[in-house]
Amino acid sequence: MPTLAAGKKQTPRRQGRPAPELIFGDLWTYDPAPETADPKLKKRYELFINGRFVAPKSGKYFSSINPANEQKLAEIALADRADVDAAYRAAKKAYDTTWGKMPGAERAKYLFRIARLLQDRAREFAVAETMDGGKPIKESRDFDVPMAAAHFFYHAGWADKLDYVAPGRRIAPLGVVGQVIPWNFPLLMCAWKLAPALAMGNCVVLKPAETTSITALKLAEIIQDAGLPPGVVNIVTGAGETGAAVMGHPIPAKVAFTGSTEVGKIIMRSLAGTDKKMTMELGGKAANIIFDDAPLDQAVEGIINGIFFNQGHVCCAGSRLLVHEPVADRVIAKLKQRMKVLRVGDPLDKNTDVGAINSKEQLARITALVKSGVKEGAEMFQPACTLPAKGWYFPPTIFSGVSMSHRIAREEIFGPVLSILTFRTPEEAVEKANNTAYGLSAGVWTDKGSRILKMSTELKAGVVWANTYNKFDPTSPFGGYKESGFGREGGRQGLLDYCRLV
Amino acid sequence: MNAGQSASFRRLFDEVGPVDAVGIEERVAKYTTRSIKKSAKLWGLKTAVTMVDLTTLEGKDTPGKVASLCQKALHPSDDSTVPPVAAVCVYPAMVRHARRALGPGAKVRIASVATAFPSGQTALVTRLAEVRRAVADGADEIDMVINRGAFLAGEFAEVQDEIAAVVAACGAATLKVILEVSELETYDKIRAASFLAMSVIRPGDFIKTSTGKTTLNATLGNNQVMLEAIRDFYLDTGTAIAMKPAGGIRTAKQALQFLIAVKETLGDAWLNNKRYRFGASSLLNDLLRQIEKERTGAYQAPYYFSEAAESY
Amino acid sequence: MSRLPITKTPKVYVGGAFIRSESARVFPIRDAVGHFFANIPQCTRKDLRNAVEAAAKAGPGWAKRTAYNRGQILYRLGEMLEARAAEMIEALAMGASSPRIRAAAAREVTATVDRLIYYAGWADKYEQVLGNVNPVAAPYFNFTVTEPMGVIGVIAPDAAPLLGLVSLLAPAIVSGNTVVALASESQPYAAILLGEMLATSDLPGGVVNLLTGFRKEIVPTFATHTHLRAVSGVATADERKALKLGAAESVKRTHLLKAEEKTDWFADRAQSLEAIHDTLEFKTTWHPIGA
Repeated sequence: MPTLAAGKKQTPRRQGRPAPELIFGDLWTYDPAPETADPKLKKRYELFINGRFVAPKSGKYFSSINPANEQKLAEIALADRADVDAAYRAAKKAYDTTWGKMPGAERAKYLFRIARLLQDRAREFAVAETMDGGKPIKESRDFDVPMAAAHFFYHAGWADKLDYVAPGRRIAPLGVVGQVIPWNFPLLMCAWKLAPALAMGNCVVLKPAETTSITALKLAEIIQDAGLPPGVVNIVTGAGETGAAVMGHPIPAKVAFTGSTEVGKIIMRSLAGTDKKMTMELGGKAANIIFDDAPLDQAVEGIINGIFFNQGHVCCAGSRLLVHEPVADRVIAKLKQRMKVLRVGDPLDKNTDVGAINSKEQLARITALVKSGVKEGAEMFQPACTLPAKGWYFPPTIFSGVSMSHRIAREEIFGPVLSILTFRTPEEAVEKANNTAYGLSAGVWTDKGSRILKMSTELKAGVVWANTYNKFDPTSPFGGYKESGFGREGGRQGLLDYCRLV
Repeated sequence: MNAGQSASFRRLFDEVGPVDAVGIEERVAKYTTRSIKKSAKLWGLKTAVTMVDLTTLEGKDTPGKVASLCQKALHPSDDSTVPPVAAVCVYPAMVRHARRALGPGAKVRIASVATAFPSGQTALVTRLAEVRRAVADGADEIDMVINRGAFLAGEFAEVQDEIAAVVAACGAATLKVILEVSELETYDKIRAASFLAMSVIRPGDFIKTSTGKTTLNATLGNNQVMLEAIRDFYLDTGTAIAMKPAGGIRTAKQALQFLIAVKETLGDAWLNNKRYRFGASSLLNDLLRQIEKERTGAYQAPYYFSEAAESY
Repeated sequence: MSRLPITKTPKVYVGGAFIRSESARVFPIRDAVGHFFANIPQCTRKDLRNAVEAAAKAGPGWAKRTAYNRGQILYRLGEMLEARAAEMIEALAMGASSPRIRAAAAREVTATVDRLIYYAGWADKYEQVLGNVNPVAAPYFNFTVTEPMGVIGVIAPDAAPLLGLVSLLAPAIVSGNTVVALASESQPYAAILLGEMLATSDLPGGVVNLLTGFRKEIVPTFATHTHLRAVSGVATADERKALKLGAAESVKRTHLLKAEEKTDWFADRAQSLEAIHDTLEFKTTWHPIGA
């Protein structure tokens, strides 16, 4: 610090004394603050086909487990091929007889109704979402549920304005579409998938992830309450086999999938001989790039949001931190301090920042990749935190001294694990950021406007967050480059994937 | 702004780093979603009481008004578990009355806003004379205003020289340097001014947001920017500077949010009235109301509490 | 005594150079009356690999050109084709004397010029129509722009060998992609000549790479090459399945017309903004709005 610019006096830098440290101890501990709203769960959830809840033809059910305490929440119907077929037939009939013929303005009103009914029951849905998936209640309450409602609201308004979607062309719905969604944002992904499809005039068969079916089926209750014609939305639950039946059925003109790149490729292969349209929203390994002139504390907050939001179960998570060498030590020190005040634990506690890992399998995968990081010689840091005795948890974890050849720098971990690499020049940052088969998202932090625009242009990613991270909006198209998939969700561009040109 | 001024700002910002306004506001929004219940709440409320600089800064202040304020400061509540506040904060002319009311060596300290508060627009010699007189009259703490004119003109040496002169005039008294954040406007400038001040004051001296006499006072946002500046300065130099948000903090709920910011940014070592204060007049009564509500479980009418601003 | 003319050795245009197949193989083509016309390079999967590398190398520079400049270069290509229309008509007619065939060739050439002019005009406009600012519910400036996908594979039809080829590659390059194209197997000569025109149109080398050869040899590599970000073209059912299977391995985009359904390349529908759209990615950028 030369002068603290023009000023003269300066407290001398410490010499020889121990490095000052901040104490994040237990002087003031927060009492448990559990959210107590009733999630109104049923003991058993049936399939939602043709506007009614029906038992699976096989009579089989599977359990949905609360990852926070490993307790069974409910039984979920297991749909087989015959159930999926019934769902598609109902969707086809609805398309041919009601939904496909309905004026857009009327479809819009149904979507507005769904949005409003979801807002009415927001807290109940938030609690159910947290219990079923393990995410902190503050996220399901402040992000997932309101954002889901916002998606219905936004797309409702499009239903009678479709002439503006593709300028110069007339568009029409595709007919029936099949959709398979993941477990990381169970309700929100329902909204992302259903709202544009319905606004465009399509009918839907949707399969939620097997570990998180409950809010989709609660949404089915709302769809009933909203009076949507039977068959417009059908929800079938189950695991991979059910998903394969949804994707492989001959009726849908299009299938949309959100999930891992691995499964996305399997679906693409299985549909190679067909004319089905597809949207793929797959994995990511996003770089979050911090330049030395960045607002560092906000960047650190962005890193935290980027990797610990929803326990890192986010396809666009900022899982690779690229820090400019001159500030690397400073950023890592700030990051560690910030991690010390993250609260890990009971997802239903309103003060919990990092909740439970969604499933035992996912926890095993995270654990294995973290082990590989340690084995490959990266330096690991985890803040001291007491994890609940029951349930599936993983502490926030960062690795420094990571290079691009480490597995933890290349593979999608889908957990609260950050790999830190450094760079020297903007070009090197771009090279490292783009050195991946993925291309879903990226972050860049710098105070220099022209650099933001250049980086944004050169990063091969569908979403670039500049001086922020993990922001979403129904008006903002989301989707990837390269092996992160194709098609967009949200915005005007998202509608293009649910129509055909006539 | 001429080229020299803009260069000096540029250098200063380069040195201390920029702040992103939206990022800061999103950070502090998270404090507002913290849920503080039961014993944690009670601890927070009582700690907040000990951090209050109970303030009266009005043209119509009289020795009588100051005396009753001092009484309230010493014994905020009939509940004997409620501690006294940190200090009373008065105009320099009222210092001797406060000293008389509190007595020598009282548990409650006397803070006084000197240096031509709130504008600071008099000659430096006049401001220094005011500081010396307030200390001589019994002030334990001096709340000064920085020369915003000089700061905004890029004359940083002048700003620092003046603060250093006030430090000297304070003698043993603790100094609080008011940045008057509403006149600096941007978070970048608040951060920069914090560093200018911190590098000329002593360990245990304060930086303070506002006079309470302008439109915008302490917010979670500017509090956060200053806490982060204090943290960075401490980690760089080992010098622990204290913090005082002032103006606009009226409710116990707000005070708890500010304390959460302290806990999560600076940690336990700042959760005491040597390192953190609230400059406020009506806050104390709301803290007392909420403490009473926690004790009894019943919501309290405001007129149960002395010196209440609203006794409807 | 009449002079014996010098015949041209057909070469493919790859990376801005005129080359023969690395395999040194050729296949003969005959003119309209069945006489030997020329030996055409029989390109291989390795030629495709080299062409993809050339296209990848040219990509960043081409994408960075201003939209105005890309439009001008496409327009220039139209000028080249117009100026050398007679030569191209000859290449399509292959010596046929039938007025019907010659008229059809002439019609294809003029339609191709018009198609180039159509896409040239889009260069600095498609972004304005396809991209937009999004009114997000938070203090952020959020905008969606298009970006080229990268290297795009084009498989040209046999019907309208020139117009079909240009209709597939023009929308890709006008938006900043680079192209590796396989010319019509049965009528490759127009593509050879087109390469010569590309070389004189200010189009940087490597932006368009034209291969000739046999579909059965090269289409499988179009399917499996992971550096191709998209494949568009006309394909049979078997080829489509192979291309899509291959596409799955690298999540490649495919835009395939059915060979069994006749495409009218002369129709208005054969040129569209959507054809450009199919070669683009959407990128959305967020930035906070604050002082």
